[in-house]
Amino acid sequence: MIRSMMTALAALALAAPLAAQEVVPDPGDWDAITAAAQGQTVYWHAWGGGNAINDYIAWAGAQVAERYGVTVEHVKLKDTADAVSRVIAEKSAGKDAGGAVDLIWINGENFAAMKEQGLLFGPWAEDLPNWHFVDVEGKAAVTSDFTVPTEGLEAPWGMAQIIFYHDTARLSEPPRSIPALLDWARANPGRFAYPQPPNFLGSTFLKQAVMELAPDPAVLSAPVNEESYAAATAPLWDYLDALTPHLWRGGAAYPQSGPRLIQLMNDGEIDLALSFNPNEPSNAIANFELPDTVRSYVLDGGTIGNASFVAIPYNANAKEGALVLANFLMSPEAQARKSDPAVWGNGTVLALDKLGEEDRARFEAIARGIATLSPEALGDSLPEPHPSWMVRLEQDWTARYGVGQ
Amino acid sequence: MRLAVSTTAPPPSRRRARFLPWAPLLTLAVMLGPVLAGLSGTLAPALGYMPALGGHGVTLAAFDALFAWPGLPRAVALSLGVGFAATAISLGLVVLICAGWAGTRTFGAIERLLSPLLSVPHAAAAFGLAFLIAPSGWIARALSPGLTGWARPPDLLILQDPAGVSLILGLVTKEVPFLLLMTLAALTQVRPGQSLRVAQALGYGRVTGWLKAIFPQLYRQIRLPVYAVLAFSMSVVDVAIILGPNTPPTLAVQVVRWMSDPDLSMRFQAAAGAVLQLGLVLLGLGLWRLMEVAVARLGRVWIASGARGRRRGEQALRMGALMLGGLAALAVIAGLAGQVVWSFAGLWQFPDLLPDALTLRNWQRHGPRLAGPVTETLLIAGAATGLALLLTLASLEAGHRHGLRPATRALWLLYLPLIVPQVAFLMGFQTLSIATGVDGGRAAVVLAHLVFVLPYVFLSLSEPWRAWDARQGVIARALGAGPDRVLWAVRLPMLLRPLLVAAAVGFAVSVGQYLPTLLVGAGRVATLTTEAVALAAGGDRRVIGVYALAQTAAAFAPFALAVVLPRALWRNRKGMRGG
Repeated sequence: MIRSMMTALAALALAAPLAAQEVVPDPGDWDAITAAAQGQTVYWHAWGGGNAINDYIAWAGAQVAERYGVTVEHVKLKDTADAVSRVIAEKSAGKDAGGAVDLIWINGENFAAMKEQGLLFGPWAEDLPNWHFVDVEGKAAVTSDFTVPTEGLEAPWGMAQIIFYHDTARLSEPPRSIPALLDWARANPGRFAYPQPPNFLGSTFLKQAVMELAPDPAVLSAPVNEESYAAATAPLWDYLDALTPHLWRGGAAYPQSGPRLIQLMNDGEIDLALSFNPNEPSNAIANFELPDTVRSYVLDGGTIGNASFVAIPYNANAKEGALVLANFLMSPEAQARKSDPAVWGNGTVLALDKLGEEDRARFEAIARGIATLSPEALGDSLPEPHPSWMVRLEQDWTARYGVGQ
Repeated sequence: MRLAVSTTAPPPSRRRARFLPWAPLLTLAVMLGPVLAGLSGTLAPALGYMPALGGHGVTLAAFDALFAWPGLPRAVALSLGVGFAATAISLGLVVLICAGWAGTRTFGAIERLLSPLLSVPHAAAAFGLAFLIAPSGWIARALSPGLTGWARPPDLLILQDPAGVSLILGLVTKEVPFLLLMTLAALTQVRPGQSLRVAQALGYGRVTGWLKAIFPQLYRQIRLPVYAVLAFSMSVVDVAIILGPNTPPTLAVQVVRWMSDPDLSMRFQAAAGAVLQLGLVLLGLGLWRLMEVAVARLGRVWIASGARGRRRGEQALRMGALMLGGLAALAVIAGLAGQVVWSFAGLWQFPDLLPDALTLRNWQRHGPRLAGPVTETLLIAGAATGLALLLTLASLEAGHRHGLRPATRALWLLYLPLIVPQVAFLMGFQTLSIATGVDGGRAAVVLAHLVFVLPYVFLSLSEPWRAWDARQGVIARALGAGPDRVLWAVRLPMLLRPLLVAAAVGFAVSVGQYLPTLLVGAGRVATLTTEAVALAAGGDRRVIGVYALAQTAAAFAPFALAVVLPRALWRNRKGMRGG
């Protein structure tokens, strides 16, 4: 009697966790995925600050609704961290299924943190039907997000690269390297600004500088350690000590975001700025945010580039729908439209030589924006350092320049 | 016990009235429950407990990290300094405006200006001010290059100055109208006309007489709103990001930065910072209380001295207060005007006073998309305000009928949601809402807004409610009306205008809520404010302008109704129009 009760209890104990778990979708069985996705609503948490981007997301949602019966709701974020916070709050409250976030536009530190805390669903990205178009061989960034292996936990959907831009009406010959930037700033005090780290664009400026200035840039791709950090960053701090007094407002105040640089450029407060979207100046010109005399360029030694991704939280409510959307975002059609500067102008993650004739033609037909560089002029991007470098750089930057000492 | 007695023989009407005695308790629970639960949800991670991020023990490591942050002393000093300066300046200005001008025709004009000023959301007012006073702003454009010789803007640190002066100015422009509104409500109870006439008959100047005879009575009535202003100014985030310094920022801004840091271990430090922020606000309130005592002592000496006030000094004070008040109002209105122009602007560069071209494109692009968020905003604000009115009226009526007059001791509890910094409890508030399943929908957002709307509605309504002459009720009862009829047929109609003003204030508060909407709505409830904040991240002043105007319009409509409706309803009843 007692034994049978024990057995029953054990069976219950074993069965309960299984019953509580939902059926995990298998990305390999694509027909089952699309069937289950039908009728789902995908809440896609994505930065909502750009007209062009919001329009593109609305378009993608409409396409997926028409073709797969998946409704897409764009949850417009001011910061990716808001979506991460949401998932953490749900985990704290024990809500391990039916979460509010189905898909997040993510990369870098946010991805590394969610991966480390086990907050992501997957792996799934490399099982998607459109994965075989992705330029895995040519673009290391699509499988290595700030050097952290993506391991199929996120799917790439766009490429970004640092560019600098200037108003040719005021500045015809901009500095083309990090050391030249210092000389130029000395001669033109108060006319350059970068966003305040830990804003990601500001932090990327620091990384760009450390890459050019470090005696041995190779150490940057490995996790940071005390020895390598001190050696690699000593020239950076010397450089910033020299540059800061010649920054906009003498470094006593910093712009809080990348878009604020566009305002400052348009207001005539600065002559040189940077962006993580090679097409941003063209978009801004089309939107009356900048004069049409603005042009962009990259530094002679190349600039940092990375990929951005979409990821699915572990407790997402509409995982199948999110998979369908992520797959569509990697399709040649969606990628070509995204590359079109008249739409958004974001670089593709696909390898054009893997595409069919018709799809390749879509890309070749795209006309570039007035202030947008050709892929040849952009050149090969430099890889991001390991994320641990960014954390240390941000901390030390804040201690040195961010607290008014 | 009374419950037990009444259930034995319940007359139908008595049973119906049973809800009323519980109303004050329910009201307190609605406001305090979420705040207390939210606070505990912040305290736990501050002490290292947050299993979702691998924090299981109880440690002070988060506080160690917080105190090791090199910017802490300045951030703390900045928060205190900004809070005190903004509050003291706002209060001083309001008091001098009332002392110098109450009862005059000019004062009537000031009163009419209040509602539009109150309707402009804080962030929109801050954006507007930033565009006015920046070295490349509208004022500089008007003077350049003609008067200044600037072909390009000078590299001057006006916005985001390390001392927080522009932040203080931005806060003053919004706090003066709020305190003035609260003062107006309190003044009806103090009945200043008679005291002032007596003082003037004794030879006191207008301002001196007002300060000596009326201010001491008045301050007791507006003390809690003043505390709310102090707490708000010390912990404000959106205005501080736009106008405040950032090397380092105020503590509240830094806490929000840590909260959104990709390095998730910073969440513990953020929670510790939020606890410190709460402590800072409590310290600030304590210091302010000490200052009150000191000012009261000095004031008593001054009153006893019998100084009547010199005519010229009085005139200077009156004119100065009016000018500064006018300047504050002008800053908000001109800032809004700047946003109107931006929303129609083509390319607009320094030093052009106006854009190169005007275009409807921004409105064509964003106008149609406003419909959804506008509907959502109106539904939520309407529901939250309706519930808040219901609870407030029930509590007040319960106090009236059952003698449950909330002691002043309990009243400060109503202010808890206004005094506890949002950063200190919203994290826990979100977890609570998810855990209880009240989350992710419109109803949940309405409840979350209620926490913030209710104190303001209560604040706005309670004074006029108590100031109502109870003899009217006695007459009505003598004429055979029961308590319900007295309420519906006499008291509420007579108080229609304050009711509508309270509703308008509550509505405006709801319209402006960002974090509670985002956190409890799971990002699925898109209001004007959540859309505005997300779009503002893109930095396009044209979009910011469109949304700022839409927000202002949504908040302004009920204020306009509060003016128009009583006039329309009582067009044949001259005696009711003043109410």
